[in-house]
Amino acid sequence: MPSIESDVAATAARSVQPDPSVMISFRGVTKSWGSNHVLRSLDFDVQAGEKVCIIGPSGSGKTTILRILMTLETPNEGAVIVGGSRLWDVKPGDKPKLTRESRDARRSVGMVFQSFNLFPHMTALENVMEAPVRVLGLAKPEARERAEGLLAQVGLAQHLQHRPAQLSGGQQQRVAIARAMAMRPKVMLFDEPTSALDPELIGEVLGVIREMATSADMTMLMVTHEMRFAEEISDRVVMFDKGVVVESGPPQQIFHEPGHERTRKFLGAVLGH
Amino acid sequence: MSWDTAFAISILPELLGGLWLTIQITIAGMVIALVLGLVVAIVRRLAIPIVSPIFGFYVHFVRGTPLLVQAYLAFFALPAYGIAFSPLVTGIAVIGINYSAYTAEVYRAGVEDVPRGQWEAATALSMPQALTWTRVVLPQALRAVVPMLGNYLVQMFKDSAVLFAITVFELMGRVQAIGSSTYRYLEPVTIAGLLYLIVSLVSSLLIRTLERHLALNRI
Repeated sequence: MPSIESDVAATAARSVQPDPSVMISFRGVTKSWGSNHVLRSLDFDVQAGEKVCIIGPSGSGKTTILRILMTLETPNEGAVIVGGSRLWDVKPGDKPKLTRESRDARRSVGMVFQSFNLFPHMTALENVMEAPVRVLGLAKPEARERAEGLLAQVGLAQHLQHRPAQLSGGQQQRVAIARAMAMRPKVMLFDEPTSALDPELIGEVLGVIREMATSADMTMLMVTHEMRFAEEISDRVVMFDKGVVVESGPPQQIFHEPGHERTRKFLGAVLGH
Repeated sequence: MSWDTAFAISILPELLGGLWLTIQITIAGMVIALVLGLVVAIVRRLAIPIVSPIFGFYVHFVRGTPLLVQAYLAFFALPAYGIAFSPLVTGIAVIGINYSAYTAEVYRAGVEDVPRGQWEAATALSMPQALTWTRVVLPQALRAVVPMLGNYLVQMFKDSAVLFAITVFELMGRVQAIGSSTYRYLEPVTIAGLLYLIVSLVSSLLIRTLERHLALNRI
């Protein structure tokens, strides 16, 4: 029978010798705004190359998981490890602080936002080239080649010189995906990537993400309300509610034989049966 | 006293000389206001302990006292402490510093109007703070505030008339000099008014053209 002490010892051992097959690891991550507890001591792992979709009611903290991984939010407490490097390590009572190691860890994470967030004063090509040139220090011809390749891959070879204002929402989101990909991240985060799109434009964006999911060995973590898409592309679906993981498993299981009443209720509400 | 065209023509070269000095003061003052205001706005936004509040006080102090009082202070009071420059240099410095407090607020509004998503996208691309400012935030903020900065340019051009009080012989200073030596004010004041009006209108048109040129949704 495992005692509490040996459990603690096992956790400590795990954090000292990171398992190379684990890409993302949340340990005891807590986040609250005042009395609103968004994450309650979250423990959560994502394997390298795994495609994980997070589902759950709005305001349940799904997006906060992504935002903490992108360092757009700070945890109140807990550790987050990405690719073996410490992104966050906040002891109780400490002020969260970004370290050199955090910044290195962040380099391997990319993010696609609900509202695209393209730079409006740059063309599609410039949007994709900007960070590789200025942050990674790539030579312009090389960055240009990379950007053109990615924009062609998302079906925008004809729109290199267009500004965001001249593109549709679906096209803007595809530029945003190319922009994130240009940094060659190991982990890609998608925060409701189709929620701001007109219905007829959703398909083209999902198509691009589907292709990434099947062709790249990138780790993908996506918050989405597109249940059929989640079922189709993910290796694992995580049902999240009120700051905790309700259940987690293969998409067939979560969508067709959910083990929890909360999951059943949520799916019933969003799928309409 | 009726209008004397011959007299008006005779003083025109003198007044045009004053106008030219006024324009030079405005350009030099605006360069100071644009650069200093930007520094003040960025430092305040960075929320550096002690330093940022000092810059905040600077903005409130400058905006809370009249330009004329500041000009008098700089010209008549500071020399007592060993800080003395020519009237022209003092005038340019005073008007530049005065307007920097206003441009700082304009920049601040421009920076605040850049959506949070733009800062977040820069973070997601691992762009350091300095790059985020120079490549993402400022290009958008500055475009947005060109019309407001333009208004201040025109206003500064007119406000520089105050500097005749510290013996700078710009346009208004020359009007005063001509008036007190010939006892004729009608012609110099009328001509000066027209010159101010013409330059203001032309500047406004130029600013509007620039504004259109910088608009992001231009296709």
